[in-house]
Amino acid sequence: MLDNLTEAWQHLRNGLYQAFIFPEYWHGIHLPALVPYLALVMLLAFTLGTLPLLIWIERVVVSLMQDRSGPNRLGPRGLVQPVADVLKLFFKEDLQPANIDVRIYYLAPFITMFVALAAGAVLPLGSVGFRAADGHLFSVPLTVGNVNIGLLYMLAASSVSVYGLVLAGWSSNNKYALIGGLRASAQVISYELAMGLSLLCVVVLAGTVKLSGIVEAQNSYPFGLHFLPVFLKGSIFSWYWLQSLIVPVLLYTIAMIAETNRAPFDLPEAESELVAGFHTEYSAMKFAAFFAGEYVNMLVVCGLNASVFWGGWLPPFNCFPFTFVPGFVWYGLKVMMGIFFYVWLRATLPRLRYDALMNLGWKKMLPLALVWLFLLAGYSTLRQSNLSLLPKPASAAQTMAGR
Amino acid sequence: MFAQILFWVLAAICIISSLVMVGSSNPVRSALALVLTMLSLAVMYITLSAQFIAAVQVVVYAGAVMVLFLFVIMLLNLGAPALPEQPRSMQTVLAIALAGVFLVGLVAAGVFQNLPAAPISAKHLHGLGTVQQIGYSLYSPHQPWLFPFEATSILLLIAVVGAIVLARKQPAETEGS
Repeated sequence: MLDNLTEAWQHLRNGLYQAFIFPEYWHGIHLPALVPYLALVMLLAFTLGTLPLLIWIERVVVSLMQDRSGPNRLGPRGLVQPVADVLKLFFKEDLQPANIDVRIYYLAPFITMFVALAAGAVLPLGSVGFRAADGHLFSVPLTVGNVNIGLLYMLAASSVSVYGLVLAGWSSNNKYALIGGLRASAQVISYELAMGLSLLCVVVLAGTVKLSGIVEAQNSYPFGLHFLPVFLKGSIFSWYWLQSLIVPVLLYTIAMIAETNRAPFDLPEAESELVAGFHTEYSAMKFAAFFAGEYVNMLVVCGLNASVFWGGWLPPFNCFPFTFVPGFVWYGLKVMMGIFFYVWLRATLPRLRYDALMNLGWKKMLPLALVWLFLLAGYSTLRQSNLSLLPKPASAAQTMAGR
Repeated sequence: MFAQILFWVLAAICIISSLVMVGSSNPVRSALALVLTMLSLAVMYITLSAQFIAAVQVVVYAGAVMVLFLFVIMLLNLGAPALPEQPRSMQTVLAIALAGVFLVGLVAAGVFQNLPAAPISAKHLHGLGTVQQIGYSLYSPHQPWLFPFEATSILLLIAVVGAIVLARKQPAETEGS
């Protein structure tokens, strides 16, 4: 224990972002092999466990922003209200409309929920440091699957996730639901392009599509300026929101809100036009599955935002009080700030008109993302070539040494 | 062993869902069965260590193309199988015959011609289908694939421009379609 602490202190002095180091073998168990299972438990516990809390946060924050009381009957500040809501949904009658495609009708909520949960599998929740028997240190990212195609997997999951909404809309045999499903599919297809291109900007800089690799690439000096003090290494100024020159993070944030069909892009469930959109005909737990799927989707896209643009598990400054907090706490905080941003936008902005939505996606965000991709490609080539006056990249060499 | 079991399960899913795709009278069910076929193909690519192809398969085919198919089917509202019973046309017979010939050809090639087996081993396949490896193979100056790749992308660009030109509204004074 004392050994661990002194070593941790040394690493703090050396400016390593990990303060907690575990031995590689503990009673003959190879600990790094257990990391994915730990990540699986953490992922499920975090996403499913915070769902009632998220609903509570949304209701309370919106009520504060709109200057009203919000939930205040059950528990302190209405904290138990989500539990009551869920219980109500459990005991509600499960209605089934006439003349529907029964199998697809029952399948749709599960597709939404399943795809949303599966998308989180590649998110790096943190990083665990290990010391091998010969004394050298290495870190294992805390993900369920540290796959080589992490970012592409997330894009694939987000493009498959639209099936739940479309099929729900079609199988309900309701014209409002059908229009909602059609709107959802058109919207997701349109904003996927800008989303993919803004993520590609970061891939150009990081040189990898592995999510843990992208986070590790952010653990370098801002813009490769080595003369800066060490507490800025891997700090908030070296994360890709700034290193990709701000535009990609704005584009991604807009696209992620549109992908999850939240206000101001909630046209698929616009209640003033379409009753409740694609889930008009769903009641009780099937409705709850859509509701939960939407929140899990929000968590996942905020998780991607946090790990790609906001440094993942890295602390905001590489110095004492920040580095002592474990990485997954920072990661959770960043995800929760994304959720807060969602609620903030919902309370602030009115819903877009449909043509304005398409205009924004195709005529404004897509060209801007393309131009920015070219700019950043040129910038990173300049940084890598010897001819440039710009500082040379150190991220590749440093992450290799850090492994 | 595990890979073998996975292969047979995936092959069964793939074949059954493609049969459902062809045989179902409901267009939405057909489209969904095609999605299932594509997803199981993507998993097969992963077992062959072609990760990038697997991801692209899901993004492009299962994601974009099939969502567009579903979109069109729903927009035209081809829900109920209200088609009248058509007489068995020449096309059906020809399709079945051609499929039979193709099947026989495949089986013959596999069983009698002793096609060379792919060198599958963990060491050989390591990093084979990653994004980096595919990027090196496509864009490296030592490989001949850069020119065909760029030619293909220009072809796709021409197709996109052509589609826009065709779909654009004609001015009122010129004779429309």
